[in-house]
Amino acid sequence: MPYTKRRRLVSSAVAVALGATALAACGSSSDDEAQSGPVSLTYWTWAPGMDKVVDLWNKGPGKKEQITVTVKKQASGDTLVTKILTAHKAGKAPDLVQAEYQALPTLVSNDALADISGEVGDAKEKFADGVWQQTTLGTDAVYAVPQDIGPMMFYYREDLFKKYGLKVPATWDEFAETARALKKKAPDTDLTTFSANDSGLFAGLAQQAGAKWWTTSGDKWKVGINDAATQKVAEFWGDLVKEGAIDDQPMYTPAWNKALNTGKQIAWVSAVWAPGTLTTAAPDTKGKWAMAPLPQWSDGENRTGSWGGSSTAVTTDSEHKDAAAKFAAWLNTDGDALSALAKESGIYPASTSAQLSGAFTSPPEYFSNQPDFYRKAAEIAETTAPSAWGPNVNVAYTTFKDAFGAAAKNKSDFTAALDTMQEETVADLEKQGFEVAQ
Amino acid sequence: MSSLALHQADPAAGTSPGTARGPARPRRIALVPTLTLLLGAVYCLLPVVWVVIASTKSGRELFSTFTFWPGTGFTGNVSELSSYRDGVYWQWMGNSALYAGLGALLSTCVSAFSGYALAIYRFRGRETMFNILLAGVLMPPVILAIPQYLLLAKADLTDSYLSVLLPQILSPYGVYLARIYAAAAVPADVVEAGRMDGAGEWRIFTRVALPMMLPGLVTVFLFQFVAIWNNFLLPYIMLSDDEKFPITLGLHTLLEQGANTPALYTLVITGAFLAVFPLVALFLVVQRFWSLDLLSGAVKS
Repeated sequence: MPYTKRRRLVSSAVAVALGATALAACGSSSDDEAQSGPVSLTYWTWAPGMDKVVDLWNKGPGKKEQITVTVKKQASGDTLVTKILTAHKAGKAPDLVQAEYQALPTLVSNDALADISGEVGDAKEKFADGVWQQTTLGTDAVYAVPQDIGPMMFYYREDLFKKYGLKVPATWDEFAETARALKKKAPDTDLTTFSANDSGLFAGLAQQAGAKWWTTSGDKWKVGINDAATQKVAEFWGDLVKEGAIDDQPMYTPAWNKALNTGKQIAWVSAVWAPGTLTTAAPDTKGKWAMAPLPQWSDGENRTGSWGGSSTAVTTDSEHKDAAAKFAAWLNTDGDALSALAKESGIYPASTSAQLSGAFTSPPEYFSNQPDFYRKAAEIAETTAPSAWGPNVNVAYTTFKDAFGAAAKNKSDFTAALDTMQEETVADLEKQGFEVAQ
Repeated sequence: MSSLALHQADPAAGTSPGTARGPARPRRIALVPTLTLLLGAVYCLLPVVWVVIASTKSGRELFSTFTFWPGTGFTGNVSELSSYRDGVYWQWMGNSALYAGLGALLSTCVSAFSGYALAIYRFRGRETMFNILLAGVLMPPVILAIPQYLLLAKADLTDSYLSVLLPQILSPYGVYLARIYAAAAVPADVVEAGRMDGAGEWRIFTRVALPMMLPGLVTVFLFQFVAIWNNFLLPYIMLSDDEKFPITLGLHTLLEQGANTPALYTLVITGAFLAVFPLVALFLVVQRFWSLDLLSGAVKS
């Protein structure tokens, strides 16, 4: 990484909190003067149509408060985090940034995000605990306001499940049985695929099983990528791939699209945003899919992981942190803002009250056959297991792609790949100057 | 896009030695080299064919119809691309043309001046300077993007047209090429003769040396134009306002729209396809400069 990192631990909450309060103090003193004059803020976001949502603010509450927000549309992904950090190094980061949950520790450990607990603390009750916890990193500070979430679900071809006489699996054991049964009935059809390209999916599955990849103890980070829960998940998928019960090809390729579109793959473990993807990937099967909760590890359990989702954060470079935090809170809790976000940007809101509001009373067009799609989705979202992100998620994700990609191809041991992922993540943390507990 | 541009360069560059050698006697075709080259051509051109064909497919057809069978959606794709966010694509195209056109022109001027000076004049530190330049040629411009960003941030120039133009004006490779070319194409005798006739150094440079260096400078211009047109990281770091984005960056934002929004594949493919045209047109227009008989009438040996 080209930027030099501040060797600071997220968990040394005192230091971070002190620093942030000091900065916030400076910020608010200058804001007192700024309050009298108009404030203009810049906002880096990748959500499509965000400019239209921000227009609502600029013409409504923003006009009243004399806070104007300008959207600068960015491309999403890890590179955006690097770009924010580079800009922060020059003291030129925008006032507001959109950040994925797993990127927050990286941004906070580089001192790029301001603590806005004073301004947005009241918003806490609008979100599920598991979601809110991701923006506090387990401290008393608040580094972002949740925007959208991606609770994971199980999607399947309703018609083909009937045709092959399959039942929707309630547990992962049943899922494996379903895959085998399908292979027997239609040898060239797969239930689904294990994609070594999608680290986020694997992280979500591990999260559902109860894995905690990054935790802190005292001043030290603890990396648990090869903990028992994750090993269980890796073994489960590794065995399915090894015995050929499911496919091992990556997702989001033309071949994968074709497999979904022609019924060669009849199920997909995905998240709430799947309808959008399916619309372009499998246009001919519209109305033939249905959604169900993710299979569970044991009967009676009711948990899901999350895949995707992002938040709105205020940077330490902002000269108007109060104003920026005010906007961030409005954007993600105000009813009008959230329905505009749903309409223009197609997001699934993190705010629990919005999950059943106007925009979500009717199902997505692709799922018109499942009228209660969003009611079910909101129920599933409530069961999201807590997640634990660390400051080098990008490294873990890259290693996942390499190690699991090779393992899936050679049909070799997935737990060995998991160990590689653990080792490289720990090594990188140490290289960055973080203290790591063994 | 970069690979495509290079393939465009190959056949054009190949024409000049062919014409210089004169007509060859009819020979047996060498089978192995020909086959190897054909294979290479297919390997290089197949992705281009894919882009061309894929750009004619509508979103529905893109992944469901046979790969190399044209679809029916080309005009639909183009109009959809043009209307995306009020035609921001054409803004990106204009930006790219500005960055690449003006940037390459300025860069060629700088290269011509310094290359000529390094080749013709003898002065203290010339070789040191040239060696430093050579080191610069070996340095990939990618690793300079972030230091350049931090420097320009100090001058408050980031997120402006200048921030992308300025760093690309000095091209070590261009200077290097101009020096080599000037040393080969501008004979010392000619410069000397000019001085004897009473021409000033500026006049000799503009009237005598520059025309001789033209084919080399055209090469520098094209290289730099293609390099800037395809550059991604520098504008990515420098710019945050998407109205100033060049095409590479713009298409990237169409692809990376976040997990819950599908990538706009058809728009990106059509956009990439259209973005090739200016490059192809440029090569077609400019390639005639390469076939100039370089030293005609300069010195008779």
